[in-house]
Amino acid sequence: MEWDWSAVSDFMPHFWDGLLVTLQILVLGSLISFALGLVWALLMRVPTRWVTWPVGAVTEFVRNTPLLVQLFFLFYVLPEWGVTFSALTTGVFAIGLHYSTYTMQVYRAGIEAVPVGQWEAATALNLPLRRTWTAVILPQAVRRVVPALGNYVISMLKDTPLLMAITVLEMLGEARLFSQQNFQFTEPLTVIGFAFIVISYLASLALRALERRLVH
Amino acid sequence: MSTDTHAPFDKKPESPRGNGELIRLEQVTKRFGNHTVLDHLDFSVDAGKHVTLIGPSGSGKTTILRLLMTLLKPDEGTITVDGEQLFPAPEKQVREVRKKIGMVFQQFNLFPNMTVLRNITEAPVTVLGMSKDAAEERARELLEMVGLTDHVDKHPAQLSGGQQQRVAIARALAMRPQVLLLDEVTSALDPELVAGVLDVLRDIARSTDITMLCVTHEMNFARDISDQVLMFDQGRIIEAGAPEKIFSEPEHDRTREFLSAVL
Amino acid sequence: MTSGLWERVLEGVWVTVQLLVLSALLATAVSFVVGVARTHRLWIVRFLAGFYTEVFRGTSALVMIFWVFFVLPPAFGWQLVPLWAGTLALGLTYGAYGSEIVRGALAAVDPAQREGGIALSFTPWQRMKLILLPQAVPEMIPPFSNLLIELLKGTALVSVMGMGDLAFSANLVRLALQESAEIYTYILLIYFAIAFLLTRLMRGLEKKLKAGVGKAPARKADVELKRPETTNVGGAV
Repeated sequence: MEWDWSAVSDFMPHFWDGLLVTLQILVLGSLISFALGLVWALLMRVPTRWVTWPVGAVTEFVRNTPLLVQLFFLFYVLPEWGVTFSALTTGVFAIGLHYSTYTMQVYRAGIEAVPVGQWEAATALNLPLRRTWTAVILPQAVRRVVPALGNYVISMLKDTPLLMAITVLEMLGEARLFSQQNFQFTEPLTVIGFAFIVISYLASLALRALERRLVH
Repeated sequence: MSTDTHAPFDKKPESPRGNGELIRLEQVTKRFGNHTVLDHLDFSVDAGKHVTLIGPSGSGKTTILRLLMTLLKPDEGTITVDGEQLFPAPEKQVREVRKKIGMVFQQFNLFPNMTVLRNITEAPVTVLGMSKDAAEERARELLEMVGLTDHVDKHPAQLSGGQQQRVAIARALAMRPQVLLLDEVTSALDPELVAGVLDVLRDIARSTDITMLCVTHEMNFARDISDQVLMFDQGRIIEAGAPEKIFSEPEHDRTREFLSAVL
Repeated sequence: MTSGLWERVLEGVWVTVQLLVLSALLATAVSFVVGVARTHRLWIVRFLAGFYTEVFRGTSALVMIFWVFFVLPPAFGWQLVPLWAGTLALGLTYGAYGSEIVRGALAAVDPAQREGGIALSFTPWQRMKLILLPQAVPEMIPPFSNLLIELLKGTALVSVMGMGDLAFSANLVRLALQESAEIYTYILLIYFAIAFLLTRLMRGLEKKLKAGVGKAPARKADVELKRPETTNVGGAV
């Protein structure tokens, strides 16, 4: 095997560009998945089948089909319907939507883990429903769900390269472009593979530290 | 090993070492963190004897059984069983010596994935290399002895605690151990199930030459079966003697306090 | 859509199924070997197994696929058939997630069971084979079921390499028809149907295995509460 350090240094400027895009996708995608997941979780508690059934079916469908195909769907189909976004916007929305179907399960578990006594106490105090949710249930649920949400952020990081397939130049996209222009595949692909391992390892350490702080 | 397959377990004498010393602990120390559970303990048990360890919880009785079963390692000292060192010793030797020892646990520790019969036959077949037929025949004899012939093909979860514990006793005996360790075997049982288990153990104590080391809070049982009672306190033996003596005229204040609390 | 185009899609389904079966087999083998190695009494074995898990879980499956397709061939001088390259990349990556499931389920077996095994003089390997694995395996089925769905979704990644799987066939049809909505809807529905079938199969398997240990299958809620820690494969791919 030939390892060419000059190829690595030639690639590095592209790497930083790609890393920036990757982190952008990750942050925006996470925020969308956190918000949308909470919406799904709350809708699933609306006491009528007219809401829970369609929400349950759609999220189940999104969760059980490949993100890659969903990306293509949005990328090619939306323009046909006359809606045009940039590839990055489409990708961020797709990844956020996909992961919201996972975060909704986290929220649900967190909400169900709040003791029944808390609901009863809120009823006994005659708190209105909105207040019960915002002041009693959700604050307690959020603390429980942070570690699990963090795990999904790390998972999402490893799915950001899929956006390459719809022309977004994140880390893998930059590596592929560089490889094709210079016919050097080994170095850029190894650099970004290494970068993924390092970032997700550091993130999991940070998450464990956060978890410990939340316990106390 | 007995060749008489009709006997549920080895009958009295014929033990090659007669009544010599079978178990010896020398200067054994065991610490958990800063807490010293056993402090340079010396004691020995002769072959065929039944010894009961009593004392307040945390005094180190169960630790001794767990050390003998190699579930724990001492921090200092030596342990010898039947003339062979169990600690310190290379892993291969530990495995050989360990075959002479059987244990019945407080929580039974039956394997939930196996039927009653297989719980009893698995170790004789895989560890001792006994044929499957011979192991099953013996298992059925043992089950008859503990009064569970109807439950051969059930899983442990389908049995009561008392029944599970009797299976566990049969399982330990199936390995024909020279030493049987009994670790609070009735503590996890509902009161009405205790007697059945103790009767089985009395029977074994009476009709076999298996050496028994017993940690129990059942003082009547201890009085019935024991040749010797050891009173433990804070990792040391503070009093030892025949059960009649310990139970009726204890010398040590701590023994007296302990007995008046449990009797 | 013409029948010729449907034929393309069916060929894609066949490639996806082949890839799924092969990489699931490899991932299962890796899961058990690495997962059991992580309980080994020698620290070096535990360390190597843990290192493998961290590296392969840390990297992205798609990056791994690129690596196997582009870096391995020049490095070792041999070119893998695309199906095997895909199997290798997916099997090694998802095997790392699976090894966490195996390790977790083994660790969850009551320690008293291990002691019971020692008291009967079983060797460590006999304890693993006769006592720990039979009790742990039924507990692994729900998380493995989730992982299998993730793997199914992961198979779509090979289409990026031009392998003619289900996701790739969608691309061909799109180019032929110059229209996307219909074909992508069909493709998503097919993936969903396969996922549904797999979930059913795994649930049946769980029931069968748990009956052997005299237990009832876990409630759905329990499984999902535990899910984030146990699989943590992440959603998508």
